Amino acid sequence: MRGWTRHDGLAVALPVEGIDTDQLIPARFMSRPRAAGYGAYLLHDMRRDGEGRPDPEFPLERPEAAGASILVARRNFGGGSSREAAVYALIDAGFRAVVAPSFGDIFAGNAVNNGLLPAQVSAEDAERLLAALAAGPLEAEVDIDAGAVTLGGLSCAFALSEAQREKLANGWDDIDVTRRHEEAIAAHRATLAAARPWLWPRAARDQGAR
Amino acid sequence: MIAPRTLFAKLWEAHVVTSAGDKDLLWVDRHFVHEGSHHAFARLADRGLPVAEPGLTFGVADHYVPTRHRERPIADPDIARMVRTLEENAATHGFSLFGLHDPRQGIVHVAGPEAGLTLPGCLVVCGDSHTSTHGAFGALGFGIGATEVAHVLATQTVWQKRPKAMRLTIDGALAPGVGAKDMALAWIAKLGADGARGHAVEYAGSAVRGLSMAGRMTLCNLSIEGGARMGLVAPDATTFDWLAGRASAPQGADWDAAMESWAGLASDEGAAFDREVTLDAAEIAPVVTWGTSPEDAAPITATVPDPAKEADPARAEKIRAALDYMGLVPGRPLEGTPVDRIFIGSCTNARLEDLRAAAAVLEGHRARVPGTVSPGSSAVKRQAEEEGLDAIFRAAGLDWVESGCSMCVGMNGDHVAPGERCASTTNRNFRGRQGPGARTHLMSPVMAAAAAVTGTLTDARPFLKARAA
Repeated sequence: MRGWTRHDGLAVALPVEGIDTDQLIPARFMSRPRAAGYGAYLLHDMRRDGEGRPDPEFPLERPEAAGASILVARRNFGGGSSREAAVYALIDAGFRAVVAPSFGDIFAGNAVNNGLLPAQVSAEDAERLLAALAAGPLEAEVDIDAGAVTLGGLSCAFALSEAQREKLANGWDDIDVTRRHEEAIAAHRATLAAARPWLWPRAARDQGAR
Repeated sequence: MIAPRTLFAKLWEAHVVTSAGDKDLLWVDRHFVHEGSHHAFARLADRGLPVAEPGLTFGVADHYVPTRHRERPIADPDIARMVRTLEENAATHGFSLFGLHDPRQGIVHVAGPEAGLTLPGCLVVCGDSHTSTHGAFGALGFGIGATEVAHVLATQTVWQKRPKAMRLTIDGALAPGVGAKDMALAWIAKLGADGARGHAVEYAGSAVRGLSMAGRMTLCNLSIEGGARMGLVAPDATTFDWLAGRASAPQGADWDAAMESWAGLASDEGAAFDREVTLDAAEIAPVVTWGTSPEDAAPITATVPDPAKEADPARAEKIRAALDYMGLVPGRPLEGTPVDRIFIGSCTNARLEDLRAAAAVLEGHRARVPGTVSPGSSAVKRQAEEEGLDAIFRAAGLDWVESGCSMCVGMNGDHVAPGERCASTTNRNFRGRQGPGARTHLMSPVMAAAAAVTGTLTDARPFLKARAA
């Protein structure tokens, strides 16, 4: 994963509240390997009508939204299932940032782990951004160091913890970071194994039913 | 003097290996993986890393497994490959597996506790948001994503920002026919689907204390539907009695040592919570959902909400869209809404106690609509059959199938057809959750059973009264 701190791209409004991860990628597509790309499954059912045809009125289906990389939505984006495939679908469809007043906790963690910025803005700012985008997508700028998203003459601050900022900027993989703490982990394990050896279930116990 | 601490603080602090910035590196006592964890194993393989603690890693086949014709090879090649990959990963890395044909197989949040793997004081993670279920034992249980699953496999630790502590106190007596599912949907309706976002919720109060382990698991399971990072119930005699003698629980002297270490796993008198919420158990009625989020929930005696009476335009728009999807008319009573099928299953409500409650309503009745009963685990299935519950479900005309996530998530092909309305004991009424175009109403097992009997959304309480008389 490559790190980034600034992104210029097309912002598109999806003025919907509570877009859960089941909407972001319906479960039936998740058995497929990632290599083929998950972008085509993004919001698969939401962007189609009852007969399975793409809905030309859906914001992401409109021709002017082609190539959009910043999504602006309403409260509780990415709640529900922990499926990281929801983030894969956004990334593979070309998105780098989602701007919303709140995110599901697990989704936000998954996003940062994959280089997707969950930019949490105030509810008022989200409405201002949505209003600015009501007529159609606009060029926007996301600056992680400045903690701001700018479009159509608006600049809105977003909240990001130092750890999230660092990870997005460096593109770090936590496994590499954690290996620097190998000694502390080994010490914790040793203390635990001495004090509570019963925390490791014996394999033999595992075999019998109750 | 040590400042009084919450149960959550005690559990969290005991698992901190080290800290960096606003994140803590936590030791993981139990890591459950399932066939959907293939992305994480692929990451591990890419880096050529072994599983750090195979003895603390447990595989369960549940998300995609067929619930019918298990004697045959799995028909769907993608699903067959995923189940096989899990088996291969278990063999390669040497962790135990509750595989498709294992007697311990079941939904991870039912089968894991049942085996005695989930213990008070443990930190339990799994690549599944309903891992919050395990908090019912006074454990830290929370769902993680695939990158984090790979990290836990490689290091047996996970980085987390410490959530805030919230206490939800439910005092008083629940009315007959009202249970843990109703308690959960009642608080989610009150606070919202993101009402407890960023919080670990400790459930307290006499109504919570009075719940069985099955009820506590249902309550903690649904914590995520209110946005909470996890749910917790302090362990007590109910917990210890339930655990004693389970296959993977400590035995003999180990049990005594474990019991000693579990003493004091409760919030201290005067411990400060970041947030306190209270509910009166006596005011909770059987709840059903009417919309496309678990927060869209109301007592069965209520009417379908009317967006025209909503002051907030965004809220009105959301209600209108939900009712349009659900095919409901504002102002009409919820009770009497015709349903097309029912589903009793999932990690939320498919334990033996749930099946007994549903069977008590169904006994002697014929279901007016088709339906499926998928037990929470293969062990629950065997026990239910020993008690003759399967015969009651079959006599009612319902399908009695094998255990798995099944129609709750629709990954294995068990779907609700487009436009069909399903009375379901599951956890998510999201659009398309049970299949494209499916209309899901969440409710308790007794309510789903009553819906089967009448073919409509129905208050189960008169059925229970009739039984008691």
